[in-house]
Amino acid sequence: MNIIEVTKDTFENEVLKSDKPVVVDFNADWCGPCQMLKPTLDQIAAENDTVKIVSVNIDSEDDLAYDYDVSSIPCLVLFKGGAEAARSVGMKPKPELLKFINS
Amino acid sequence: MYDIVIIGAGPAGLTAAIYARRASKSVLVLEAMSYGGQIINTPDIENYPVAAHISGFEFANKVYEQAQALGAEFIFEKAVGIKDNGSTKEVITDDHTYECKAVIVATGSENRKLGIEGEDKLVGRGISYCATCDGAFYRGKKVAVVGGGNTALEDALYLADLAETVYLIHRRDAFRGDETTVNALKQRENVKFVYNSTVTKLGADKRLTSIEVTDKNTGETQVIELNGLFVAVGRIPENQNFAQLIDLDDAGYIKAGEDCITNIPGIFAAGDNRVKNVRQLVTAAADGAVAATEAVRFAASLE
Repeated sequence: MNIIEVTKDTFENEVLKSDKPVVVDFNADWCGPCQMLKPTLDQIAAENDTVKIVSVNIDSEDDLAYDYDVSSIPCLVLFKGGAEAARSVGMKPKPELLKFINS
Repeated sequence: MYDIVIIGAGPAGLTAAIYARRASKSVLVLEAMSYGGQIINTPDIENYPVAAHISGFEFANKVYEQAQALGAEFIFEKAVGIKDNGSTKEVITDDHTYECKAVIVATGSENRKLGIEGEDKLVGRGISYCATCDGAFYRGKKVAVVGGGNTALEDALYLADLAETVYLIHRRDAFRGDETTVNALKQRENVKFVYNSTVTKLGADKRLTSIEVTDKNTGETQVIELNGLFVAVGRIPENQNFAQLIDLDDAGYIKAGEDCITNIPGIFAAGDNRVKNVRQLVTAAADGAVAATEAVRFAASLE
């Protein structure tokens, strides 16, 4: 599955009401580690059906970043049943990302 | 068997890969995280020859592509040890063992933490180790920078343009960093200096809300309410996994001079994890060239 961009308006439907667990990738264009993380997340999204991965640009969606207390990026937040289940901050290698996503 | 295994794909390791491949040696680069090293955190590089402006991310991509195009092989695994069998070496990762003639250790360094309770939990919730990465979240807010070196001073100056107030907390009464930056900071009305003090406690609900600061001389404590704490208390070289084999200095840096030669024949050190005075992008790249040249010479001497 492809990683879609989520905004304040689509967050509820795409993330909070999702049947599957959702990983929200909070990122920005100017953030090097975020850009480094993207290809790995794309790979994971393509290889895994059990989890959905979406992207939130913290510059255009600063309200979402504020609402979910994001103050360092890259920041991945795992949502299960509409609630935060886990969080991962900073650049991580693929095996650790997989562990996080399946946590 | 590879001719040369390079541990770490930062600027030093990638440059070493370029040089070793141009000398027609087979090269494996092992990387625990992602290629590029810590330069990927730098939004704008202005001191590397030829490029007046380039982002760390773009720089990393270009060097990686260059090394890859020359035929360097990349495997993303963390090296946890090196075994010296004399004319051959084994580099051990969590999953595999790679045999080679020469090894270049270019593992760089990681952020030193404060080591106080709750720190790990608050990373990304008020605690940061990178002002240029996370400063934008603190526009108009109150922040503190801990540390007294150049990084701390530059972080404080960067944040002074964004934040309402910047407390600069330093355990001594004078700075060992660049005087120009210190003077620039003293001109800023929103920068407050807290000398002879260390951060002793973190206050938080969901995120960081305050810090307790203790004066080393008087023992007096004060609580500072704030939104963000930027930790700039130095870096730790990532040599722990090789300490049994390779000689390190007291701070953990590999004892290797400008020739990048360590105490073990066939093992070389390049970049920030080596004893040196100037740790810059260009000196890391230079180390890569020197270490690769020595490693190529060593591998050839075995043939």
